[in-house]
Amino acid sequence: MLKNLCQKVFGRSLWVYHANSGGCNGCDIEVLNVLTPYYDVERFGIKLVGSPRHADVMLCQGPAMRSTGRALKRAYDAMPAPKLVFAIGSCACGGGIWHDSYAVHGPVEKLIPVNYYVPGCPPRPEAIIWGVAVAAGLVEKTTAPVQFKQLEYPVPRYHPSDLNGSGELVVYEKMDRI
Amino acid sequence: MSILSKLKEAQVCLKAGRVTLPYPARAVPVPERFRGRPIFDPVKCIGCAGCANNCPSREILVFDVCQEVRILKYLGRRCTYCGRCAEVCPEKAITMSKEYQNGTNAIGDLGQKLELFMSTCQRCGRCFKGSSVLESLKMKGFRMDDLANDRWVYRATAYLKGQAATDDVKIELEG
Repeated sequence: MLKNLCQKVFGRSLWVYHANSGGCNGCDIEVLNVLTPYYDVERFGIKLVGSPRHADVMLCQGPAMRSTGRALKRAYDAMPAPKLVFAIGSCACGGGIWHDSYAVHGPVEKLIPVNYYVPGCPPRPEAIIWGVAVAAGLVEKTTAPVQFKQLEYPVPRYHPSDLNGSGELVVYEKMDRI
Repeated sequence: MSILSKLKEAQVCLKAGRVTLPYPARAVPVPERFRGRPIFDPVKCIGCAGCANNCPSREILVFDVCQEVRILKYLGRRCTYCGRCAEVCPEKAITMSKEYQNGTNAIGDLGQKLELFMSTCQRCGRCFKGSSVLESLKMKGFRMDDLANDRWVYRATAYLKGQAATDDVKIELEG
């Protein structure tokens, strides 16, 4: 649903607003690197704007700090209605190494709703482009949750319904191998 | 004169070629020592929680849900990809892959969850893990299959023709 909305609403171009709420400037450098001719996101119509009132997308870097949280929220409220928020970097996604600090609220999603996450410390410029391309529907996302259950028996099991015995010889018709 | 200079300029431009990466269409190689998403190997992992203790962002969590099962949970959301977990792991169960295309719309996609079977030492009471799969099979408390639904034949002689093939759960538990 979100993807369809993206393709409908942002069919032409994404104007991004670059909001740093207390990061270390690592992600800022990578985001500005994305806008250089080497990566050239203007191919996709992405343009950096200076005011949240002009923007469709907010790129958040850094955790939501107590000192800048209110300003971040005001910038989010100032954006016109069909808006997306990208959390770029580990701090914006989950708080980073400051997740339990007294000076931060935590990830930016504690204050404003986040639509897309680009983890990394800092994420590569390619990773940021990938995240934007996922949002714009250019590529499919490649991540999925991984879960390893506990070991099952690695020996063949025999089901009673599949056993046919004659005398001392037992024939197993079917065998499950795990 | 001006046409000549324009031609010269065009020649310079053509010679320079194109620098822009065709990125989302074609993947670019990463540097050799690049650290991407860590990948956990549940077979090699012994559940020592060294990675959890060394993680600077405290994002590898270890739960002991019962006596025998330890759950190691990697959240993925605040990982700084420092590689300390891979460095400290005594069994080399964590490898830093080169995956960086992790952009997603649900943060839970980045998580990894490992269920580890740990047996309890009769002397010290601490958990330990079998050295191999067969060793851990022999340990007391290794989780069986669901016996009520999926019946595992314990004695082949019980299922010869003429004998009832029922109550094999009882046979397994008692006999």
